[in-house]
Amino acid sequence: MKVAFKIFFLSAFIASIFALSGCGNNGGSKSGALTSSAANRVFIPPGEHDEFYAFMSGGFSGQLAVHGLPSGRLFKVIPVFSVDAEKAYGFNEETKPMLNTSYGFIPWDDSHHPDISQTNGELDGRWIFINANNTPRIARISLETFETEEIIEIPNSAGNHSSSFITENTEYVVAGTRFSVPVPQRDMPISEYKGNFKGALSFISVDKDHGDMEIAFQIMMPGFDYDLSHPGRGKSHGWFFFTTYNTEEASTLLEVNASQNDKDFIAAVNWKKAEEYIKAGKFKTMKANYAHNVYDEDTHTATSTMKKSVKVLDPAELPGLVYFLPTPKSPHGCDVDPSGEYIVGNGKLAASLTVHSFTKMQKAIKEEKFDGDAYGIPILNFDAINAGTVMQPGLGPLHTEFDANGYAYTTFFISSEVVKWQLGTWKVIDRKPTYYSVGHLMIPGGNSRKPFGKYLVALNKITKDRYLPTGPEVCHSAQLYDITGDKMELLLDFPTIGEPHYAAGAPASLIAPNSKKIYRLEDNKHPYVAKSEKETKVVRKGKDVHVYMTMIRSHFAPDNIEGIKVGDRVYFHVTNLEQDYDVPHGISIIGANTSELLIMPGQTETFVWEPKQVGVWPFYCTDFCSALHQEMQGYVRVSPKSSNIKLSWSLDGE
Amino acid sequence: MKLSKILMIAAAILPLFLFVFPMWNITLEAPQYPIPLGIDISLNKMEGANEGDIQNIDLMNHYVGMKPLPTEMKEFDIFPIVIISMSLLGLIFAFIGNKKLYIVWFVLMAILGTAGMYDFYLWLYDYGHNLDPKAAIKMPGQAYMPPVLGSKQILNFTAHSYPMLGSIFLFVGVCLSPVAFYVALKEERKK
Repeated sequence: MKVAFKIFFLSAFIASIFALSGCGNNGGSKSGALTSSAANRVFIPPGEHDEFYAFMSGGFSGQLAVHGLPSGRLFKVIPVFSVDAEKAYGFNEETKPMLNTSYGFIPWDDSHHPDISQTNGELDGRWIFINANNTPRIARISLETFETEEIIEIPNSAGNHSSSFITENTEYVVAGTRFSVPVPQRDMPISEYKGNFKGALSFISVDKDHGDMEIAFQIMMPGFDYDLSHPGRGKSHGWFFFTTYNTEEASTLLEVNASQNDKDFIAAVNWKKAEEYIKAGKFKTMKANYAHNVYDEDTHTATSTMKKSVKVLDPAELPGLVYFLPTPKSPHGCDVDPSGEYIVGNGKLAASLTVHSFTKMQKAIKEEKFDGDAYGIPILNFDAINAGTVMQPGLGPLHTEFDANGYAYTTFFISSEVVKWQLGTWKVIDRKPTYYSVGHLMIPGGNSRKPFGKYLVALNKITKDRYLPTGPEVCHSAQLYDITGDKMELLLDFPTIGEPHYAAGAPASLIAPNSKKIYRLEDNKHPYVAKSEKETKVVRKGKDVHVYMTMIRSHFAPDNIEGIKVGDRVYFHVTNLEQDYDVPHGISIIGANTSELLIMPGQTETFVWEPKQVGVWPFYCTDFCSALHQEMQGYVRVSPKSSNIKLSWSLDGE
Repeated sequence: MKLSKILMIAAAILPLFLFVFPMWNITLEAPQYPIPLGIDISLNKMEGANEGDIQNIDLMNHYVGMKPLPTEMKEFDIFPIVIISMSLLGLIFAFIGNKKLYIVWFVLMAILGTAGMYDFYLWLYDYGHNLDPKAAIKMPGQAYMPPVLGSKQILNFTAHSYPMLGSIFLFVGVCLSPVAFYVALKEERKK
């Protein structure tokens, strides 16, 4: 033994000498050494896990992507607002209702701003919310199943962009209107926009145990464009801040006509006051029509219900509900620091960055330091509320996030950089270029009371030459910076799906332990479940045929079906009997006019097949499940309409 | 009360812990199972070490033609009766207080224990050798019998077979009876 140890230490010693001399040789190439040190910091050895989850909005893909940090690896794309043939989302009978709206079934949307649920202003990792911009909706996604559980449509709104941001105990998820519209919708000349169009701000309550969403109330604001928002926290808990542009109320050529005012507003909404007004009955009930879609984990099935009314508050008639904070030049991002004191207005056409003070705002309200009003809503005096200005930090500020040490990080679209500056002194500390034209940025927990200030992710709009070209359409991209030191360090580029508008990050330790492994078969309450092969059957109801089918390694039951006729509607209700982690099965049949099913252990899903031709048609397992996956197949015999062949089904002749 | 009697009472009672704790565990490790599969064998049932393990072991084993793990076995009916009877007998012997009876109990338990292990071996042998001739995967000469005690490589799996808490209580109980005998002997000499 002793000899073996000596040999081991000797060889380790020799190896280290070689390693050191190797370093010396590389010393000449500075960038090489830097690159390798960055590589080490983003390298996750095979089999090990990332430190953070990053949930990146899928932008015009309508979905939500789950990445790991610092590796940037993509783990899953969660279908939210767009159909996903891979997972049968919006294709199987169970999830079609999720995409129902007052306009009918919609297969696509534009997803923007994910936000993780919070308790006491800190991430709690239970749910993540995201908004659909085009047909206004908010979705709630479970961070146990990583599936969309609920979608609620927002009436009286359009361009659902200043959404979906949540209050510090997840009391509300908030949705604003970017494109003001006539409320209620009616036939009227577009040129009569001014004074007639409205921008609704919707407060959607979230059940604290189960997450169920309900529109608690809408505040019917003047017809500006409500661009982005963030909740107050800590001392400013109870308030919500929305940036506005187009306070000019232009309805055409907005790039010029909505850029005329020196200052637009941040709308400060006192939602605790709103609650009081609701309690006091100071609301109007408006007729509405909007879809509320809920996925039930026990029945594995979604239902869509149309809601018919909404409570509306008028800020002109309700004093103390809303104040306007003048903010220069069409502010975009509206960000609140971890203490809740500073409200940053990222004036996207301004050369400097305006920061308001919540304390000063309170004082100005008390002392009624108003510079007039807009549609009955008081405008606070700019100098009375201004905390400070970051002078000439860059061009085109869009968004700001925070670390836990009193620093803020702002993205600049036009000058394509991230700038680090200090709260209170308003001094610029550091700047780093982005490649290229950065939009949002994300620090895990960076919009909560407790940021995890280790990494910063810049979400870029343009990539040009950063990756291998893929024709005219190239990927969007994220860039990872280390922000633990005084200077930011660029560590990694990685491609993203769609256009990542915003992202939300959280420590893996907050979410990973709760991730579900399987659905328990005994809890399955799907109306067409077959919990064992004994329960499988085929039932005809006129032209509808219901196949109660099971799948387990490596066969379907039944796998031979006869007595189906041309013109039938065949419902395959397929239950995965597996109760082992990571053993999904898939199924599809030749000529099916829909997607495959991808069924997790213990789950039941349904697809519809309308056979058009006589013959014997195979179906098979579409997800490589086992050594005998290739054998996991079956046949359906389709006979002419007039045929008398009896309905029968079997597995291995039984 | 005499120490020997207390020891014999303990000896007779300890096997009853088999009703609380499983007696044996078989664990199967493979690269695809970062959380290994396991069977906990108790006096009257078999359970997965984790929920779903029994089904998952059966699913794997059916490819090579092994039978599903039994939910019913005659042993599940017999073993509890034997253990209760032997505990009662041990208690009766303790109250009679005849040290020779302690040795009788020890010998009986040793015989029954050996018989139990032999029965376990027979079941494992049948489980690993008696294969469905229609199995999808046939390996000439390959048997899938887990070890009675110890660890063994079976194709891509490493199988571990070791006693659990219940058996340890049983073992300690059985060993206590000769100790009781020895203590009783000393107590008599002191007189």
